[in-house]
Amino acid sequence: MENLTDRSAAWRDELRKSMPAKDRMAIERVKMNELDGEYRSHNSEEVNQGLTKEQALLEAKRCLDCGKPGCMEGCPVSINIPAFIKNIERGEFLNAAKVLKMTSALPAVCGRVCPQEKQCESQCIHLKTGKKAVAIGYLERFAADYERESGQISLPELAPQNGIKVAVVGSGPAGLSFAGDMAKMGYDVTVFEALHEIGGVLKYGIPEFRLPNKIVDVEINNLEKMGVKFVKDCIVGKTISFDDIKAEGFKGMFVASGAGLPNFMNIKGENLIGIMSSNEYLTRVNLMGAAKDEFDTPVLKGKRVAVIGGGNTAMDSVRTAKRLGAELAMIVYRRGEDEMPARAEEVKHAKEEGVEFRTLHNPIEYIGDEKGRVKQMILQKMELGEPDASGRRKPVAIPGATETIDVDTVIVSVGVSPNPLIPRSVEGLEVSKKGTIVVNDSMQSAIPMIFAGGDIVRGGATVILAMGDGRKAAAAMNDYLKK
Amino acid sequence: MNKIISKEHFSANVVKLVIEAPLIAKARRAGHFVIVRVDKNGERIPLTIAGSDIEKGTITLVVQKIGVSSTKLCALNAGDYVEDVVGPLGKATHIEKFGTVVCACGGVGTAPMLPIVEALKKAGNKVISVLAARTKDLVILEEQMSQFSDEVIVMTDDGSYGTKGLVTNGVESVINREKVDLCVTIGPAIMMKFVSLLTKKYNVPTVASLNTLMVDGTGMCGACRVSVGDETKFVCVDGPEFDAHQINFDEMMMRLGAYREQEQAAMAAYTASVK
Repeated sequence: MENLTDRSAAWRDELRKSMPAKDRMAIERVKMNELDGEYRSHNSEEVNQGLTKEQALLEAKRCLDCGKPGCMEGCPVSINIPAFIKNIERGEFLNAAKVLKMTSALPAVCGRVCPQEKQCESQCIHLKTGKKAVAIGYLERFAADYERESGQISLPELAPQNGIKVAVVGSGPAGLSFAGDMAKMGYDVTVFEALHEIGGVLKYGIPEFRLPNKIVDVEINNLEKMGVKFVKDCIVGKTISFDDIKAEGFKGMFVASGAGLPNFMNIKGENLIGIMSSNEYLTRVNLMGAAKDEFDTPVLKGKRVAVIGGGNTAMDSVRTAKRLGAELAMIVYRRGEDEMPARAEEVKHAKEEGVEFRTLHNPIEYIGDEKGRVKQMILQKMELGEPDASGRRKPVAIPGATETIDVDTVIVSVGVSPNPLIPRSVEGLEVSKKGTIVVNDSMQSAIPMIFAGGDIVRGGATVILAMGDGRKAAAAMNDYLKK
Repeated sequence: MNKIISKEHFSANVVKLVIEAPLIAKARRAGHFVIVRVDKNGERIPLTIAGSDIEKGTITLVVQKIGVSSTKLCALNAGDYVEDVVGPLGKATHIEKFGTVVCACGGVGTAPMLPIVEALKKAGNKVISVLAARTKDLVILEEQMSQFSDEVIVMTDDGSYGTKGLVTNGVESVINREKVDLCVTIGPAIMMKFVSLLTKKYNVPTVASLNTLMVDGTGMCGACRVSVGDETKFVCVDGPEFDAHQINFDEMMMRLGAYREQEQAAMAAYTASVK
């Protein structure tokens, strides 16, 4: 294994010398192969098609194999990025996947949904010379996909079993990442999931066209092979209590219950029929199969759909609406496009699929018909003022400037708050005003055996930050339990 | 997967199921509900727990055929399995010694009322239960309710059993003859609305247990939101019980119809497919 990551290994040294840096830098960054915008806006096929072998081999050459790789500092789970890329360059794709799995429980997921442009790729040496960063995310996805499709999936090296039981609450990215790391260290890991599917937001939230379920399932399957146990339909704090967990002999518990409480704007008419949270909309479609005839759960297939918000979840919702047949699928966002928190790629994809953007607009009221269904929304026009606490320019209402638009479905995607179930049911936990669980630098809560991470601590962030928390908590809980 | 231990028909459209769910049986309190998914294609439907047996590890649910999933659930028999049962969800009923409590329930609302009546009685309250139904055949659980009630008043719309009249007539007759400290009501939204209007007139504090549309039942989706006073509340995590006098029942009834067209179309397709 060490030979795979050792920068001074003979193969790696040879590889570096095989091509001058100048030539490497002259190669153009690869473009992701994508399905056509019009075609894909009518189905749930994955938009990004991945790189071909040839594309991956060439892109891997662009990496200069820096002595002090900045990219790694930008990665919340500290993937040995140059090592996996150089394994791709020498054609050892399976070894590249092995390197990824040393620190990431879900490489095929991260390769698809991580905001690499804000993390690893934002630190790439190429940017300093005005060139585009190495496509680290695309390469990560390539290696993980190659391994999966080869049928030769490797399991990470596991330490001998230590017989210590640890519990995980929630099977989203934070929980899975924690579970993977603890299993590697020899712990007996059980993950408790409230829903009937394992995967959390990866299943109920992120749509098939961005992250196919079968890819998530393969990663979950790997964790099962590593000995991780999954219990569905079990809500810690409800079905079983924290006391039950202790009585069952669990020595540590990691709470990764997510930010499962959607925010609304509390404006007039928001409870009209046809107005729902992005969580509800996406859960109906992604988890409950509502768009397909054979499933019992219904979903409103609106013709004129407005999605309120500018994050990735808003993009997922509006692109889903397009796929369910919306003639008008529109993003309504109170700031400008530059201030949108969504990934640039998601905004680009949405536009290619025919999504309209109404930036600098904010809903202030919804109007319903006689049956209580939303028929119109009143939008307040905004302009950008001084920067606010988030560093982004603050949207300010332009007095008297409003616009009324006909809509039949509105999806509110203005953020989420922490799910209250665990904080309400475990006595002694320190909980912030916002409802997040308070932890120290080691992700440890006020109750020493309880650690927490992901959105229940952050209040609404990304898959990779949640995974980073899972890793950090696993290392810290290991230290705590070894004392 | 949870096994159905026994099944009993209360009426053509209402079925009592005893289902294996040992952890829920142990954890549940009066007022809690579960989410049931009948099969892999089923909807997640919320059902309030009507009782449990900790030793046998079972819970009791009373299900009314409404949509496709509930119809499929009612068609299952003892020995069959339900795909998923998760819970107990919601906040348990607040139980203390209030004094005299009137429990007003209609239709299948009697089933979730049963554990509340039991808990109230055990807490030392005088419990008067008002059971309402359209007609005699639809009156359910009368015997079980009388076990924990000081008095049971049965009301039927057509007068085929008990006293002819609505649930509100029964509640009002009690209020007119003695001091009532609390009213608890469970049943169709329209019934709870009128019980609430009545008790408001007499200043009797009233709690209503709501059964709104839900998807996950854990606070995640917000499909169940209702207006209570000036606030929007989630029935799944803030409820299911609220101060009835603060609930906007008209909005709640409107929201219950959000998917009526789709539900009717799906039901028609399902009925055609099983014929």
